[in-house]
Amino acid sequence: MKIMVAVKRVVDYAVKIRVRPDKNGVETQNVKMSMNPFCEIALEEALKIKESGFAKEVVAVSMGPSNCVDTLRTGLAMGADRAIHVEASRDLVPLTVAKLLKKLVEVENPGLLILGKQAIDDDCNQTGQMIAGLLGWPQGTFASKVVLDKEKHTASVDREVDGGLETLCLDLPAVITTDLRLNQPRYATLPNIMKAKSKPIKKYTPEELNVEIKSDFEVVQVTEPPKRKAGVILSSVDELIDKLKNEAHVI
Amino acid sequence: MHRFLSISSKSTSLKNRKQLHLPFVSLVSPATPEGQSCFHYFDQKPPSLGTRLGFGRVFSSGYFPNRVNLKEHERYENGFLRLKGFAGEIRSYSSEIDRESIEYDVVVVGAGPAGLSAAIRLKQLCQEKKADLSVCVVEKGAEVGAHVLSGNVFEPRALDELFPQWKDEEAPVNVPVSCDKFLFLTKNRAISLPSPFDNEGNYVISLSQLVRWMGVKAEELGVEIYPGFAASEILYDEDNKVVGIGTNDMGVTKDGSKKENFQRGRITLLAEGCRGSLSQKIMKEYKLREKVQAQHQTYALGIKEVWEIDENKHKPGTVLHTLGWPLDSKTYGGSFLYHMKDRQISIGLVVALNYHNPFLNPYEEFQKLKHHPSIKCLLEGGTVIQYGARTLNEGGFQSVPYPVFPGGAIIGCSAGFLNVPKIKGTHTAMKSGMLAAEATFDTLHEGSNMEAYWDALRNSWVWEELHRARNYRPAFEYGLLPGLALSALEHYVLKGKSPFTLKHGKPDHEATNVAKLHSPIEYPKPDGVLSFDMPTSLHRSNTNHNHDQLVHLRLRDPNIPETVNLPEYAGPESRYCPARVYEYVPDEKNQLKLQINAQNCLHCKACDIKDPKQNIEWTVPEGGGGPGYSVM
Repeated sequence: MKIMVAVKRVVDYAVKIRVRPDKNGVETQNVKMSMNPFCEIALEEALKIKESGFAKEVVAVSMGPSNCVDTLRTGLAMGADRAIHVEASRDLVPLTVAKLLKKLVEVENPGLLILGKQAIDDDCNQTGQMIAGLLGWPQGTFASKVVLDKEKHTASVDREVDGGLETLCLDLPAVITTDLRLNQPRYATLPNIMKAKSKPIKKYTPEELNVEIKSDFEVVQVTEPPKRKAGVILSSVDELIDKLKNEAHVI
Repeated sequence: MHRFLSISSKSTSLKNRKQLHLPFVSLVSPATPEGQSCFHYFDQKPPSLGTRLGFGRVFSSGYFPNRVNLKEHERYENGFLRLKGFAGEIRSYSSEIDRESIEYDVVVVGAGPAGLSAAIRLKQLCQEKKADLSVCVVEKGAEVGAHVLSGNVFEPRALDELFPQWKDEEAPVNVPVSCDKFLFLTKNRAISLPSPFDNEGNYVISLSQLVRWMGVKAEELGVEIYPGFAASEILYDEDNKVVGIGTNDMGVTKDGSKKENFQRGRITLLAEGCRGSLSQKIMKEYKLREKVQAQHQTYALGIKEVWEIDENKHKPGTVLHTLGWPLDSKTYGGSFLYHMKDRQISIGLVVALNYHNPFLNPYEEFQKLKHHPSIKCLLEGGTVIQYGARTLNEGGFQSVPYPVFPGGAIIGCSAGFLNVPKIKGTHTAMKSGMLAAEATFDTLHEGSNMEAYWDALRNSWVWEELHRARNYRPAFEYGLLPGLALSALEHYVLKGKSPFTLKHGKPDHEATNVAKLHSPIEYPKPDGVLSFDMPTSLHRSNTNHNHDQLVHLRLRDPNIPETVNLPEYAGPESRYCPARVYEYVPDEKNQLKLQINAQNCLHCKACDIKDPKQNIEWTVPEGGGGPGYSVM
């Protein structure tokens, strides 16, 4: 079985974000970028499945401008066997990514598609669900545990939902999106980084895959959240009631 | 996010420790001219632990406590004995440990200006002379440039030699110095003085950005750069020659399960920057200062912020330096303010670390400085983008050690080539890297040896510059005004031909007076607009370390903070550290105890330098941690 993992290159989680002066987005120039943490978890899960013998090959996929190759190299250094890069210059929205992934799935025929639950730059949490819909595959999102059954060709997925944990049994092929508690991603060691340089990265363009890049929405403005106002120490309960009634208008 | 290493690659059980099993294809080019095998199998020697606990040379494939017979170790089939920590604890490791070793012709530690210049020059020489040498650069920062911080007014002399076409190749050196101002500050006034600098032809840059560009250029030439890998130890062979370095892989948990990699090189170049941890060890091991009767190195701590200011206040290329307030006449130091492009300015305070008053807090002095009327007017309406700190060398000519050791050399600020009166060290660091590269190439390709690097240094403009600049800083040992007077004498009258060479005073850590000779300094509270509290500033440095690792700041004697530092010196480390790593907090018995918040560390090395009893040793943490500078 082949596992396909989609990874995204995002602003590193430790970086302090600034809004660009033109308010069209966040400053991404000269800022550290790395693989989305949830995508790392997804890749780690794929590697674990491969190591336990259920899969033969792990393919990492990323879409975006040419520097996505850095992220793919990290994925290869972690242990993926091959990588695919879909070169697209403009920002891709989840629906476009899902459509591109659908074409790649038709080419590669993986038995399992694993993604991170969301990207930390846009927090959309849509791609996994959309690709499952487009493919007509079962989906197990917010996975905190994945157990594969070889004979029955199913995956048992524990999902983290608002009420607690929900366990689903999915027929393969399926889409799984990973949540934080699924595993701890491994570090790419130096020797693996060097080995990764020789692993192949296949390039595609959206035209080759017959997908049109368009967005159904437009970002109008990005602003920082309002600065936290200083707290006020009150002297009595009466003052509190007065403020709640007359200033905050909540009673 | 928690991270730990899972041992995923196949492990090799080392039955026969005499030969390191190398599971990779060697990366040494087969056409090594000398025809030598580049596989060094080293014999283990029991390390001498020395009289100080925990100090001793450690060998890479297993650490053995004193006096263990080599044959005896064969008893430990499944484990290694490992020296851990500095209390002499010995811990055994779980079964097969991977000791993966990778061979290169040249290993460079540090992807800064010196390290990258050396790597680039090596590859350029390979192209010119049609040779092929494998060059690897390891860098502890998460990416190239992440740990690079500097003023910086850049003299392009070395860059012109390295990349004559740097302008066409779009090096981020594009703001020429347009005006040079020099102010003497008092609490409320600023007196304009003639600028002692001649910055014609120089540029205001962000060194972090320049180093990133150099990293890209180096990779284009075929240099392999590995950010996120910290060189934590030196590898020796049986002749006490350096044969490479060991990196500590990420993912050492506090209980010690760890995996290591070794970069073996025929030549190892140490380019760790000021007070490099491995360089310090090497200089001690081979007595490199004593070899040339060099004095001790002296240092300063620079604390810097990059601001984005109002458009109409911003004049790209403006260079401003100040002396005087907030520092007193006995403390050497001053501030800088440089206008870069895109409305960004660099502002910082440099304080020499031989200050006397243990209550001095350089970070708070910097915050005070920003409130001075001449400075305040520029900053108002602006926002801080980044914060950081780093120590720098001030020893100059008198403190340059012999920079060559068996198996390699020390380049850049690790040796110490900063020109103090010019306050520039980037160009000399780059040139030293280039000269070392040339000597390295000759050593590997033509069979000469690395002594050529020392000769080349002394015949180069680096030496001439440092020689001419040698008396400015030591003159200030006599005080601010005598120092200024002597500097004027040097600059205008003697013009570098002085017949004497002044000596440095006491080493920085000995210069601190005991607390009872001084009184605590009352610093104003930060206002959140111009001055900030430490946590806010730290957040802007993007510093982080995986908390689940051994504390990288080691106390040689764990009792000294409470028995010496606190009672005698009032805990100076809690004041000079620009990251609040050291704090004295009351424990459950209400006794003040030293708490080390190692995660905050900015890798500035001030504690390693200034601790009165030299009890704090800065060792390198896991690679990938530390600050994340992008425009510093």
